[in-house]
Amino acid sequence: MTMLATRAVEAEAVTPRRRSRRRKQLIGALYAAPTAFVVGLFFLVPLGLVAWMSLHRWPLLGPPSMNVPDNYTALSDDKLLSTALWFTLKYTVLVTVLLFVISFGLALIVQHRFRGVAILRTAFFLPAAVGFASASLLFLGLLSSEIGPFGSKLPSVSSSPTAALSSAVGLVLWRFAGFNMLILLTGLQAIPTEVYEAARLDGASWWQTFRSITLPLMRTTIALVLTLMVSGSLLAFDQFWILTRGGPDNSTTSLVMVIYRKAFIELDLGSAAAVSVLLLVLLLIVSVVQLRVLRRRS
Amino acid sequence: MKRWLGGLAAVTLLVGAAACGGNDDESAGSASADSGATLTLWTRAATESISKAYAAAYNASHKNQVQVTAYPNEEYPAKIASAAGAKALPDLFASDVVFAPQYASQGLWLDITDQFQALPVKDKVAPAHVRNGTWQNRNYAVPHTIDMSVMLYNKDLFKKAGLDPEKPPTNLKEFAADARAVDKLGGDINGTYFGGNCGGCNVFTLWPSVWAAGGDVMNAEGTESTINSKEMSDVFALYKQLFDEGVAAPASKDEAGPTWLGALQNGKIGIAPGPSAWLGLIEEKSSFKLGVAPISGPDGGESTFVGGDAIGIGATSKNAKAAWDFLSWTLGDEAQIEVVAKNKGVPVRTDLATNKYSQSDPRVVEINELMAKGKTPYAKNFNATYNDPQSPWVTAFRGALFGPDPKKSLDDGAAALTASLQK
Repeated sequence: MTMLATRAVEAEAVTPRRRSRRRKQLIGALYAAPTAFVVGLFFLVPLGLVAWMSLHRWPLLGPPSMNVPDNYTALSDDKLLSTALWFTLKYTVLVTVLLFVISFGLALIVQHRFRGVAILRTAFFLPAAVGFASASLLFLGLLSSEIGPFGSKLPSVSSSPTAALSSAVGLVLWRFAGFNMLILLTGLQAIPTEVYEAARLDGASWWQTFRSITLPLMRTTIALVLTLMVSGSLLAFDQFWILTRGGPDNSTTSLVMVIYRKAFIELDLGSAAAVSVLLLVLLLIVSVVQLRVLRRRS
Repeated sequence: MKRWLGGLAAVTLLVGAAACGGNDDESAGSASADSGATLTLWTRAATESISKAYAAAYNASHKNQVQVTAYPNEEYPAKIASAAGAKALPDLFASDVVFAPQYASQGLWLDITDQFQALPVKDKVAPAHVRNGTWQNRNYAVPHTIDMSVMLYNKDLFKKAGLDPEKPPTNLKEFAADARAVDKLGGDINGTYFGGNCGGCNVFTLWPSVWAAGGDVMNAEGTESTINSKEMSDVFALYKQLFDEGVAAPASKDEAGPTWLGALQNGKIGIAPGPSAWLGLIEEKSSFKLGVAPISGPDGGESTFVGGDAIGIGATSKNAKAAWDFLSWTLGDEAQIEVVAKNKGVPVRTDLATNKYSQSDPRVVEINELMAKGKTPYAKNFNATYNDPQSPWVTAFRGALFGPDPKKSLDDGAAALTASLQK
């Protein structure tokens, strides 16, 4: 009898607690609703639509017709696509390595306070304030033998594949090193100074401190910066569209440029969607592998 | 992460832009053709001035009002495609005449067969242009402007080089000899210039030489490429030789189009093929005397690429009647003489080649008369095959002009072009 009574009391006490938990969940969901709505409308819906389009022959006007798997099978013998895929991967590796080394270097230079540090930080960050398309046009003018300050002293942007690639890489380094430096700098400044002091008392050299303290404690920030760099490079478009037009001889044609060509020049939206899906899968694989590797170690 | 998501969304939206495409075309129309409708007209930057001149003259005498919006040349096809996908095409839009078959086949223009066939002057409207606006025997577009390729030469440099400025070359061999003679003047003067990295430029300037020699670059349906023919190979070989000898300006190799006009304006090029529409543009900024001659074949003959823009009524327009009122007016005598010919343009009507304005400049008469000898190539996939920087044509001709094995480049190119034309 006593046991039964206790259970009944417990049950009564649980119900309002459950209710309040449910209410809290509801409020939480309401708070998240606007973001979920925006993400759903502008990200998930287009994403689903692209996947759906890639299964169809999709004219600009008029009803689409299902043509599975033609859009995908046609990609296998698309020479421009394989050139662009190979080039985009090569460009991604090149830019990620260079951009990371330079950004980290800049962050280490301006990590501590000293006279003039504010000027340096501003100077390094300033290019990030220029729109990327404007920056590309600026470089186009700067490197032009017709209107640029160097005249024909520099090889023209599209004189050779190397010249075209280096001008685009130069532009990206100039435009993005400061921005990535800023992210890395916040990571550096989040490391407690006590840790460095302890290391110094133990007689650790600069290199030992960097390897055993700075790098391990920076792992999350580095993971973020590398993901940004890799995904940004895989999606490269503006710099090549404006600076090199994908040339010379298709040597700087990126994957997104192939999507653009299929959608707006060939007016073949189905195939363009198929390449977009392919690029999305590539991005997902690269990002998952990258985050797993970096997180596991930490 | 934000950029990552943003970039990803951009990729998806890029093609998702066309999502809203459906097919509930309304048979648009207002009660009267000149009822005071506001008509939107889109055009590319290259055609802006003439479109605006047409609109100004039409607006002055009609209740309908045409509003012209121009977009940068290279971004224009994408603008049209995304507007079509969003079912937001303007009432009227012009396009490079070689892209017209693609737009007509995609149904981006309204069918104007009945209205066009009822026009009294229909047989005098530039036939090659009309054909390019035709898809499966239905008319979708009419000519808007005409621009033809001609040889432009610097008479002052000709004189300095000891050539007769009144005797332009009559075949490509003479053209090469004249270019070499001017090039010998030395300094920063070069014999000739061409767009070595520009698909559209070479289509426009090199093909007439092939036609003049009796050859062709495609079959009539625009589905098979013959760029490895003897005629085309000979033309490439001649330009390659001029480049290798240094007679063509070294900048020709990288010329993708934007600085082409500037190079001809600076007065340091002897003779080069280019657009007839540049006659006025070059003279207005330079002090030298400019000569005009037809483009010839390796051993004589003459031809031209009848380019320019075609215009049709946007498939989603709600003002189709008013839009046709404007189009039919642009094809009339008043518009062709008082708007086009007065501004040294080429009338789109064959019966108006000789008119009161053309008589004052013999060069203009010469250009106008060339139209009958010229061609406008027809291919549904023209842009993707020839004009786009990533087109197989650019790869093929760069191989033929600058590569180690021109024959292989043209043979491989012909196969790649045919594949692209048949897509």
